[in-house]
Amino acid sequence: MNISLFMFLLFIAITLGITYWASRRSAGSSAYFAASRQIKGWQNGIAVAGDYMSAASFLGIAGIIAFQGYDGFLFSVGWLVAYLTVLLVIAEPLRNAGKYTMADVLAYRMKPRPVRAMASLSTLTVSTFYMIAQMVGAGALVKLLLGGYVNYNQAVTGVGILMIVYVVFGGMLATTWVQIVKAILLMSGTILLSILVMAHFHFSFGEFFGAISQVTYHDAKGQQVVKDFLQPGLRYKPPYGPLDLISLGMALIFGTAGLPHILVRFYTVPDAKTARNSVVWAMVLIGSFYIMTTFLGFGAATIVGPDFIKGHGGTNMSAPLLAQALAGNIFFAFISAIAFATILAVVAGLTISATTSFSHDFWTNVIHNGVERKPGEEVLVARISAFVVGAVAILIALVLGPTANVAFLVALAFAVAASANLPVIVLSIFWRRFNTTGAVAGLTVGLLASIGLILVSPSLMAVDPPTVVGTARHLIQAKAWFPLENPGILSIPLGFVGAILGTLLSNEPASQEKFNELLVRSNTGLGAEKATAH
Amino acid sequence: MANAARNLEIAEPKQYQASKSTWDEIAASREFRDLMATKKIFIVPAFIFFVVYYFALPVLVGYAPQFMSAKIGNVNLAYLFALSQFFVAWIIAGLYVRAANGFDRLAKDILDKAESARGGK
Repeated sequence: MNISLFMFLLFIAITLGITYWASRRSAGSSAYFAASRQIKGWQNGIAVAGDYMSAASFLGIAGIIAFQGYDGFLFSVGWLVAYLTVLLVIAEPLRNAGKYTMADVLAYRMKPRPVRAMASLSTLTVSTFYMIAQMVGAGALVKLLLGGYVNYNQAVTGVGILMIVYVVFGGMLATTWVQIVKAILLMSGTILLSILVMAHFHFSFGEFFGAISQVTYHDAKGQQVVKDFLQPGLRYKPPYGPLDLISLGMALIFGTAGLPHILVRFYTVPDAKTARNSVVWAMVLIGSFYIMTTFLGFGAATIVGPDFIKGHGGTNMSAPLLAQALAGNIFFAFISAIAFATILAVVAGLTISATTSFSHDFWTNVIHNGVERKPGEEVLVARISAFVVGAVAILIALVLGPTANVAFLVALAFAVAASANLPVIVLSIFWRRFNTTGAVAGLTVGLLASIGLILVSPSLMAVDPPTVVGTARHLIQAKAWFPLENPGILSIPLGFVGAILGTLLSNEPASQEKFNELLVRSNTGLGAEKATAH
Repeated sequence: MANAARNLEIAEPKQYQASKSTWDEIAASREFRDLMATKKIFIVPAFIFFVVYYFALPVLVGYAPQFMSAKIGNVNLAYLFALSQFFVAWIIAGLYVRAANGFDRLAKDILDKAESARGGK
């Protein structure tokens, strides 16, 4: 039997076992949506890392560094530093004042229905876009790794069905443990790969960085070139490169703290202090991982080489091909299985955050005015919506196909999170005057600005040569109107301006009256949701 | 209409409910103002520092690539500065956790007072 296939099946068997175990502990809203708030700090920290480090960071970063050197490593830096915003500003107030979603905090002192409706729309947008990017990636990956056994359509459907099963039956508890298993696998695989890369260079940093300073490959014109891959500027070139880099940094630093699938994780722990400790655990893991992308990415560039990777599946195959070059097919299979586990854990996290928001924010609080008509309705609706969200994601990924141009969806998810979600969360915790009109305006402007700017950016607007066909083609065949790939530098300020203008142009004494209550609750934990017994 | 919706919002009651005057009282108390001031003294400078330190990286790499390419031993300034970001982030996180233990002590006094004012639990 194919060793890759065996490792994939082993991981699936373990996670289904976890789901079966969790399914008997997932009755009731608090258990289903927040794992009864009994996850320990270190467990949640590992789960946050597992939720966060997507295929984009494992396969994608290794590939970007392997092809564009130092500039790729800048993604790694932003992805860790972003957690300082989560730690210093968001995690504890959110845990203290909320229940299941970020909208809980907004709805505290504002008119719940409009605020929750918009927040839910923004959450569903971020989660669905991010999920589609992961699904298309998963399909392409599984097809490459198990080419003889499964095709793209089967791979996408399989990943989709698994994620539905985890979330529908196992809720947050199963999702948490799938993420923990994945994070441990990912860390061990990455440590092992890093050691092997250093062994290849006889554990000499001098030799390693010497090789990085002269990577040889053939450029687009077929010319052989030798480049110093530690030199900045291979990806972000003038005139707009530097601005794009700053814009990307803004989206990462302020977007992470607005990603719904990360925020919901802080409701799974008993209190704010544990939430804080879990962020620190996550930062240790995430930071170590991203430092090691040095070995994954530059290792692939120097040991495997861009030319070989290009001919064997492209940028995303850099890490698995590096594993194959260093330790043969078994290690290749192991790293591939980790990549597969990575995608599954992330899509499960996205699914549960989308369904929690739909069920708790939209169904219970917007449509039914905050009343659960019969016990268990909220969880039932969540299970049904997990099924629907999963099915829709499968369908879209099938229609788009393996070569679809979807990488921009990840940038879009971060941009929406930074431009729509973050401004309103921050203002609702810190600004007494902030009100419903401001929150709805901020969410709307942030959402529309991010989507609008991406639509006219080089990600979706470019002139392709006739050789590019189908969904790989850019949506609009014309020169981009907005020159940056990442809209953050413009859309984040716009989100804040929308929220502030909306507030100043309206008057709502009720939201100011309740500010002291939110201030005291979010800063002291007075009356915070407590852990529940199984 | 809006107020009706707001009341129904709390389908499961919070574990601690109090009147507006109680919340205002706590918010105005010396202990609470101390807590907020203590938090601000740490969080505001820490936040500003990490944002400035972080954005110095893309700004320098983007606008002074020659300077950042200067070799230092086997590597260059650009890589060392990027690497330093990880350690600076970890250090700030560590300092925050230490400071936050102080916040917890201040918050606990407020919690105890609020719970006992309600007649214990």
